[in-house]
Amino acid sequence: MPTASDDGFVVFDRVQKSYDGETLVVKDLNLSIAKGEFLTMLGPSGSGKTTCLMMLAGFETATHGDILLDGKPINNIPPHKRGIGMVFQNYALFPHMTVAENLAFPLEVRKIGKSDRDAKVKRALDMVQMGAFGGRRPAQLSGGQQQRIALARALVFEPELVLMDEPLGALDKQLREHMQFEITRLAHELGITTVYVTHDQTEALTMSDNVAVFDDGRIQQLAPPDELYEAPQNSFVAQFIGENNTLEGTIKEIKGTEALVTLDGGEIIVAKPVNVSKPGERTRVSIRPERVEYNKDRLHADAHTLKAEVLEFIYMGDIFRTRLRVAGNDNFVIKTRNAPDQRRLTPGETIEIGWLPEDCRALDA
Amino acid sequence: MSDATQTGPVLAADGRPLKRSLQRALRAQKMRALALIAPLLIFVLLTFVAPIADMLFRSVENSIVSDTLPRTVLALKDWDAKSGELPDESVFAAMAEDLKIAEAEKKHITLAIRLNYQTSGVSSLFRKTGRQVKKWDVPNDGPYMEKLLDVDDDWGSHELWRVIQTYSANYTPGYFLNAADMELGPDGVQQVDDSQKIYVMMFKRTMFLSIVITVSCIALGYPVAFLLASLPLRTSNMLMILVLLPFWTSLLVRTSSWKVLLQQQGVINDILVWIGLVDDANRLVMINNQFGTIVAMTHILLPFMILPLYSVMKTIPPSYVRASKSLGATNWTTFWRVYFPQSVPGIGAGSILVFILAIGYYITPELVGGTDGIFISNRIAFHISRSGNWGLGAALGSILLIVVLMLYWIYDKIVGIDNVSLG
Repeated sequence: MPTASDDGFVVFDRVQKSYDGETLVVKDLNLSIAKGEFLTMLGPSGSGKTTCLMMLAGFETATHGDILLDGKPINNIPPHKRGIGMVFQNYALFPHMTVAENLAFPLEVRKIGKSDRDAKVKRALDMVQMGAFGGRRPAQLSGGQQQRIALARALVFEPELVLMDEPLGALDKQLREHMQFEITRLAHELGITTVYVTHDQTEALTMSDNVAVFDDGRIQQLAPPDELYEAPQNSFVAQFIGENNTLEGTIKEIKGTEALVTLDGGEIIVAKPVNVSKPGERTRVSIRPERVEYNKDRLHADAHTLKAEVLEFIYMGDIFRTRLRVAGNDNFVIKTRNAPDQRRLTPGETIEIGWLPEDCRALDA
Repeated sequence: MSDATQTGPVLAADGRPLKRSLQRALRAQKMRALALIAPLLIFVLLTFVAPIADMLFRSVENSIVSDTLPRTVLALKDWDAKSGELPDESVFAAMAEDLKIAEAEKKHITLAIRLNYQTSGVSSLFRKTGRQVKKWDVPNDGPYMEKLLDVDDDWGSHELWRVIQTYSANYTPGYFLNAADMELGPDGVQQVDDSQKIYVMMFKRTMFLSIVITVSCIALGYPVAFLLASLPLRTSNMLMILVLLPFWTSLLVRTSSWKVLLQQQGVINDILVWIGLVDDANRLVMINNQFGTIVAMTHILLPFMILPLYSVMKTIPPSYVRASKSLGATNWTTFWRVYFPQSVPGIGAGSILVFILAIGYYITPELVGGTDGIFISNRIAFHISRSGNWGLGAALGSILLIVVLMLYWIYDKIVGIDNVSLG
């Protein structure tokens, strides 16, 4: 679990934020970001992630707690003295300046000489492959190009920390995927610490070193992408990241790393207890769709099996998506790879499905 | 795919040129649009364009002299005004005949008033002569030179005949020259006496005061608009009502309340005297002068500056300001380099609006302007409604119109009308 430590480059120490003095938007936030780390704040809208970013940038003040940058508290430092680069959702390129003037702006206000300035602007433009566009106005550029310029502008004054507030939200899918790659490449090449805010989980998983999942003003889980996906710590994270099947039930017994769960339909299954502690507690059992197997030959010997009725079969090209009724749940989805020997299920058919107990996580209800 | 090899006009499916097909398809739409605007268009034509065109025409129209005195005008054609001699008997005879007819039709008084604008005394001369002429048996009881001179010595005035000759044409630049403090003399265009010069000074004053008022409106309106645009919607709506409140109050009430405030026995002077800033004997004169006009008009025109400014500022996303600060700019640099340039279209729109309204303003300068705070429009009103010299009024109005159009053109060259935004 995240705890504030002194060795982080950016540290949130028991930070709280309230806008109206009645409700907390950010509740007791503790977060430590190492130098050079790419951290993504992921969460639904209203979860407090953007507020955190704005507090770090200095546009909002923390109601309680300290934010430290490189060991120094920055609560009372105005935004323009923090030296933090920022990329905004709508790019915020100054429309009355050319691309080159936009890039020269942070250097000008830092009183950097003309020749030095030009060299840095040119280097930043080349870095995002926009060298030929210095004389254009932002309005003459496409969304993707504006995005690159916004990125170059946030990096041109060589900040050690860059914040990005849903920077790819306005781009189409293909361009977004390309820019995801581009941004991670730049961040790692330049060794910058990056705090990236998004509500797109794919973006979070593909780009980050660490992902902080926000909900209800708290970090629900802070973990590297693979851990987040495969080992969600609570049912919010399990639901929010990727597709997830949920079976509701009650804990019957916990012994070590195994828990017996009585599903609401009466079936008893074995699951891995994550944040459940005692028998009698309500639980949600989470199983990833691609970890469910129905091909008897491939079922592991230890696999746990249940009866299921096929409700719907969707052909998606690379995978098959099948909706089943399992233990009274009509929305149980399984995903199977479109392999040559894969059987295509037909609605109405009754099959037996199974999974490994460690892929089946008993989470809070 | 369209066949790129085909040359000539693109054809529709039925073989007709595509352009014509498109026009036919859109015709109904165009007719409908036209029908929708027709009532307003006719209304505007009848009540706005036509009267303005008529007034513009009046500034050069001058057929009254040749209409009322056709024979005299003809007879005067050969007279050389520079010779220093009076016209000969034929001219006087023509005048007597014209006057008799004009008197019968009661047209000589109107003519007299017209000629009186150019040289004084004509009005009474024509009235007096008119009474005599109707008893004469024109054209048999001549010679008329003597008879007219008998009626009044003024008929022997060389200047009178020169004026009649000068203004005998159907169109005259005379009103425009008068409006520029000039007149048609015996040697062509000349300046009027310094003592009679008024209009050039009035135009200059109107321009100057309008500029001062516009600048005051920018200075007072910009911060208010900025506040309105940056406050949350609920609060800004409340404040907006305060901005609009003056609109709902009668112009006369607002102007009169400035009188109450600014006069020498008024509220402000009383307070200044009471706190000892001003001596009771030297109360400040703040009304019935330029200061009063500037204060009252700035107050009245302020909403016209605030509203366009506000609507432009409202469209400047706060993320620009944030971006600028995150890039290291101080509050002032952010304002001056990022925010202000983007609000310029609002300043442009507000300034044009305020300036054009100010330059033609009438009621407020009339009420609080005294003598040195009145505008050219007050003179125009004077000529239209009191002196009856519509031609001069029309000429002054035309000049005002031309000045505004020229300023508009200059503004377009410098700032660009495309940059003006009303939101």
